Amino acid sequence: MTTKVITGNEAAATAAKLARVQVIAAYPITPQSPVVETLSAWVESGELPAEFVTVESEHSALTVCITASTVGARVFTATSANGLAYMNEQVWWAAGARLPIVMCIANRAMAAPWNVLNDQQDSMSERDAGWIQLYCRDNQEILDTTIQAYRIAERLNVPVMVCYDGFLLSHTVMPVDVPSAEEIDAFLPPRTAPLQLVDANDPRNIGPVTLADPRADADGVVRPGYMEFRALHHGALLEALDVIPEVDAEYGAAVGRSWGGLTWEYQLADADVALVAAGSLTTQLTLAVEALRAEGVKVGVLGIRAYRPFPAAELRARLAGKQLAVVFDKALSYGYEGPIAGDLKAALFTAENSPVVFGCVCGIGGRDVSPENLADAARRAIADLDSGLRDRTPDWINLRPEGGAR
Amino acid sequence: MSAHEISMSRPSVGEAGATGDWRNEYPVVAAETCVAAKQGKITCQICWAHCPDACIAQGMPPVIDLTYCKGCGICAEVCPHHAIEMRPEAAHGVCAPAEGGVK
Repeated sequence: MTTKVITGNEAAATAAKLARVQVIAAYPITPQSPVVETLSAWVESGELPAEFVTVESEHSALTVCITASTVGARVFTATSANGLAYMNEQVWWAAGARLPIVMCIANRAMAAPWNVLNDQQDSMSERDAGWIQLYCRDNQEILDTTIQAYRIAERLNVPVMVCYDGFLLSHTVMPVDVPSAEEIDAFLPPRTAPLQLVDANDPRNIGPVTLADPRADADGVVRPGYMEFRALHHGALLEALDVIPEVDAEYGAAVGRSWGGLTWEYQLADADVALVAAGSLTTQLTLAVEALRAEGVKVGVLGIRAYRPFPAAELRARLAGKQLAVVFDKALSYGYEGPIAGDLKAALFTAENSPVVFGCVCGIGGRDVSPENLADAARRAIADLDSGLRDRTPDWINLRPEGGAR
Repeated sequence: MSAHEISMSRPSVGEAGATGDWRNEYPVVAAETCVAAKQGKITCQICWAHCPDACIAQGMPPVIDLTYCKGCGICAEVCPHHAIEMRPEAAHGVCAPAEGGVK
């Protein structure tokens, strides 16, 4: 193991190299571009013996990954925001065809209006496409999670998005321990035979028209209908609730570092108030906790690593007995509320002894949000709770409707 | 069902079930008008070439397999001698349900 001072994008590229990916296809988009620029340089120099397929769009990038994965290759791609949206059709195909593709998302705001800065609207909007989604808090977690993602994906035949905040992590350097190739080879052996083996002497149509009901094929074998395949897919995502922590623990045994599986916490055990988020916000929330604890407020952080599958049972357990959960979303389901806030409320709905949940929306389109802003939002939420509120519309942190350019 | 089963099919006759029961109209070939039948040799066969479900066999005249013909009518449209007529089905469900009891 060596320590390198690298960006989040370089951590993602390094992980793909350590995973010995065989096919890479991507289209440049800020802030993801340095991931595949780094990989293409390594392919060109021979440092990474992979096929780098240049394409004319993100839709084609994921299509190349789908076809290469179908014939058994370990594949990698990365994108952001409108690139991910342009892939959308194939995002669903990759999941429904049960292909173990790993895709890094350097989270960025969606246009219009045009904006290249960070929020998490892009990947949060792909919530229901049937991929596993893991969110990272720092560059080390990006490297470790991307490697883990292959093991999770290949065990379940489900694709994984590894999401990290654009610029805040993608372009920020920090020390990252890079495992040796031997360590990762032992943890992540070559991909085994795919579900979709392609044999010219025994041809197959993959993902053909599959109607509502089960049907007998030409050999008289009854094949599932569309709904059965979707139920199987849902079952695989639910199985991921066990597999993600298992793989994280196995990685810990192999490399000496693990990240809490589905969720993690900071000073939460004795807290009355939980600050909940995913991604780099959680690192900032640990600083907000320190400021609030210095004032005698018992707060802690509950970090969400796996957003899909949603770790409802684990969140219920970690939040049992708390008075208040303040959720910080860097995305919004327009006309409702932040996606994590809404999902958490649903998860807690029938739970005994569960906290009130208040949502906050912050960091949209790169709007700066500091630990002090987060602490202020927590103070406002606590005041709202003390005033008797049990529900409220999202608190927009640092919204400046009156203008007031700094 | 395996937990990891995916939707696949093989290019073989009847892979999608007995699709003839999807049909609203069925094609009837008039041998007295069909060029191949009149000439007594495998000629024309334009209907065979155009059938999207590959359920027409070459012949004099070509033979349409009504177990799988979905009644799209393309054969009737492309026949240069108008030798194929589409006639309404008297009732739907002309084929037996697929194995597995689903219909």
